[in-house]
Amino acid sequence: MIGRFRFMDEQPVNLDGFAIEDMTLGLIAFGSHSDPSPSLVIDDNGVVIELDGRAAADFDIVDSFIAAHGIDIDSSAQAMALDDVEFARLLVDVNVTRAEIVRLAAGATPAKLAQVLALLRPAELVIAMTKMRARRTPSNQAHVTNRSDDPLLLAADAATAAAFGFREIETTVPVLGDAPSNAVAVSIGSAVGAAGVLVQCSVEEALELELGMAGLVSYAETVSLYGTEQIFVDGDDTPWSKAFLTSAYASRGIKMRVTSGGGSEALMGAAEHRSMFYLEARCVALARAMGAQGVQNGGIDSASVAGSVPGGVRSLMAENLMVMVRNLEACTGNDALMSESDVRRTSRTHPIFIAGSDFVCSGFGSIQRYDNMFGPSQWNSEDIDDYLIMQRDWTVDGGLRSASEEHVAALRRRAAEAVRDVYQWLGLADFGHSWVEQAIDAAGSKDVPAADLMVPLEASRIIRQSGVTMLDVVTALDACGYTLEASRLLDMLHARVKGDYLQTAAIFDEDMNVLSLVTDPNDYAGPGTGYEVIGERLVEINNVRQQRSVGQLRAEQAQGFSAALRVIGRAGIGSDPTEVTIGVSAATGRHIWTTLSGLSVVDVLDELLAGLEEEGCRGRIVRINDTVDLGMIGLSAARLSGSGIAIGLQAKGTALIHRRDLSPLANLELYSVAPTVTAELYRALGSNAARHAKGATPEPVRNPYSDMAIEARFHTKVVSLVAIERTCLDPTLGPEELELQR
Amino acid sequence: MTTARSGRDSQSVTLDSVRLGEVGIDDVRIHPDTLEYQATVAEAHANPQLAANLRRAAELSSLADAEVMAIYEALRPRRSTATELEQLAQSLSDRGAIRNAALIREAAQTYERRGLLADPTT
Repeated sequence: MIGRFRFMDEQPVNLDGFAIEDMTLGLIAFGSHSDPSPSLVIDDNGVVIELDGRAAADFDIVDSFIAAHGIDIDSSAQAMALDDVEFARLLVDVNVTRAEIVRLAAGATPAKLAQVLALLRPAELVIAMTKMRARRTPSNQAHVTNRSDDPLLLAADAATAAAFGFREIETTVPVLGDAPSNAVAVSIGSAVGAAGVLVQCSVEEALELELGMAGLVSYAETVSLYGTEQIFVDGDDTPWSKAFLTSAYASRGIKMRVTSGGGSEALMGAAEHRSMFYLEARCVALARAMGAQGVQNGGIDSASVAGSVPGGVRSLMAENLMVMVRNLEACTGNDALMSESDVRRTSRTHPIFIAGSDFVCSGFGSIQRYDNMFGPSQWNSEDIDDYLIMQRDWTVDGGLRSASEEHVAALRRRAAEAVRDVYQWLGLADFGHSWVEQAIDAAGSKDVPAADLMVPLEASRIIRQSGVTMLDVVTALDACGYTLEASRLLDMLHARVKGDYLQTAAIFDEDMNVLSLVTDPNDYAGPGTGYEVIGERLVEINNVRQQRSVGQLRAEQAQGFSAALRVIGRAGIGSDPTEVTIGVSAATGRHIWTTLSGLSVVDVLDELLAGLEEEGCRGRIVRINDTVDLGMIGLSAARLSGSGIAIGLQAKGTALIHRRDLSPLANLELYSVAPTVTAELYRALGSNAARHAKGATPEPVRNPYSDMAIEARFHTKVVSLVAIERTCLDPTLGPEELELQR
Repeated sequence: MTTARSGRDSQSVTLDSVRLGEVGIDDVRIHPDTLEYQATVAEAHANPQLAANLRRAAELSSLADAEVMAIYEALRPRRSTATELEQLAQSLSDRGAIRNAALIREAAQTYERRGLLADPTT
């Protein structure tokens, strides 16, 4: 194999699996030959007797439930008769309201909507998603888990996730028995971080319901739906059991959504030769039929199956849009990691990120990849800064906000201490000092060797046996002095009584207002409408902790001040033929003391002088005060030089060799990439300038190569440094001679 | 004012009352009337299925946790015979949970056709 291909094969994307389309295995994103043509026959009693090519007698359990509950008879004739292309155009037409699409879609069968949405190109998916999502304000969900179910670390990480702006936190367990402890710890941590953060603990259906009934979690999501009967039954459920479960959650005032995702049926080997998108269209229709308020989809655990086939990533986004079109809350995947390639995973998320979604990720791994008990996410703790900066780049609200180190440190301490105190008060566990301190500081569970795996298991056993409810947790928090957190968790219990957050796409803002389809409906109708990043939220998104002002840079530079470099008078014209001048820029030795490579200006001058001296020349430093242009600085200095040769040096470190008879932009040698110039290279530049002065042959010096994003790293600094240089210009001053004490 | 399932005004459930031990779990549970109200809101926002779900939930709100969990279990594949599902539906219907009873009867019919009932001989 040739080098080019050996090299290409080593790239991370080639660790991903790519499948040739295979309809028999369901390995096809859109349009399998076995997908039915849309059809709908309704008898005189309003009963659906044929659905997508299947007669009632042959309905499987999914067909049966959709036929009985999922088709709006009033709009069905119009929806089914509408040409697919016409229907698709309505989705991107800003003059057609969301409500009108929702009305039509309610009467469309799964196969009909699958055909329509398959027509939308990627940019059209973005527009349609912008218009069709239920809630106006976008949001995001975090995973908070760890390998040891460490309650202190869970609490600290939940508080951290809340500080970064996540409005839902999903936890789960490596050890099922730990679930009650995890639910309590994450609830406490989230309440420390912010008011109104929803918490779920994803475990087996019955246990999850039990946790919900005890008030230990505030929403549920892991209620899985599948597009074929076989997989549904393999999952030990039916549409009726799941519909009942949906009502069971609502009966306790608990928000819930269901989970599905293209590729799951193929992954489990029973796709019935159908395309992933058609099967998902059945799941979404079923979710609506059951009365769930929302759906988590976009592949989820099978995202990489969809990602392995042509058009698969596109189909994942189309699935999310399908949910929105059915007037449901969309929690849009970007959950399980679907590629080893940073480029690919960003590409998969980006259109959804810019369109905006009820929850951009149905699980942003806010913790370490190794601590994510769902498996690594599409986005993980190492990506939080990237995500915040992407929001800033595009002026897009992806649901996150910056948080300062001091703020997060204080929250982590309070969260860990609150769990320690509550667990002690409730008789669940005693935590030692070092465990608490390790959890506060930890970037992940590997930093908490003090964690004892038996503690969460024992705490969970006591919680279940003694029937600890969220009221007991509130009581304990209050008794231990955590009044704010006690009232925040009590507010979450109040929310269950009011029931407003049972409506579609509900989250709480930090004042406990419900934002939902009802209270915060998406009103996008083209430019100038819909959700806009403005006001405080704009400031929050723009002010990332990494940004710097010229003033801050000036203060940093001032710290490098050296008394060794000083002005000794006006610079005259030299006559010594061994003299080489070093022309420095106006800010050199005034406001700029450190070059972009990190060397001090004084050290750079010292190297240049030493290089000149090695070749028997003498250097003289002159400051050119009337230009910021390095060519002009070098030429002006050369005109003062006894040999007619000069070195030009900008304070930021860019350097060249010039001669008095050349034009300003011509020069003999140039070090253009200041951040990569080393002390040795400056010395070599000095030597070469001396050789030019003597008429000897200079040694060629290459600019050092770097694969750094030099411009990304330094251009903002360069802008500031040049601005500082410009403020130092004073043409009336004339050139000054400087002395370097060595 | 929102009334909890216990009949208590939700506003009176404060941290002080929790501190005094005057709050029970029914004081932080949703009242069926509230679920009915939320159903009308869902209907007004183009989701009659969500409304139907909330009305089924209203019926379930008066059932004990254990019974709710037991019904869920009974509806899972091959857990119940047709007779058992009918008895369950009847028992719910007798207590006014007619929507849930209808859902269970519908399940029983489909389970029979699709072979998802429990084998009565085992």
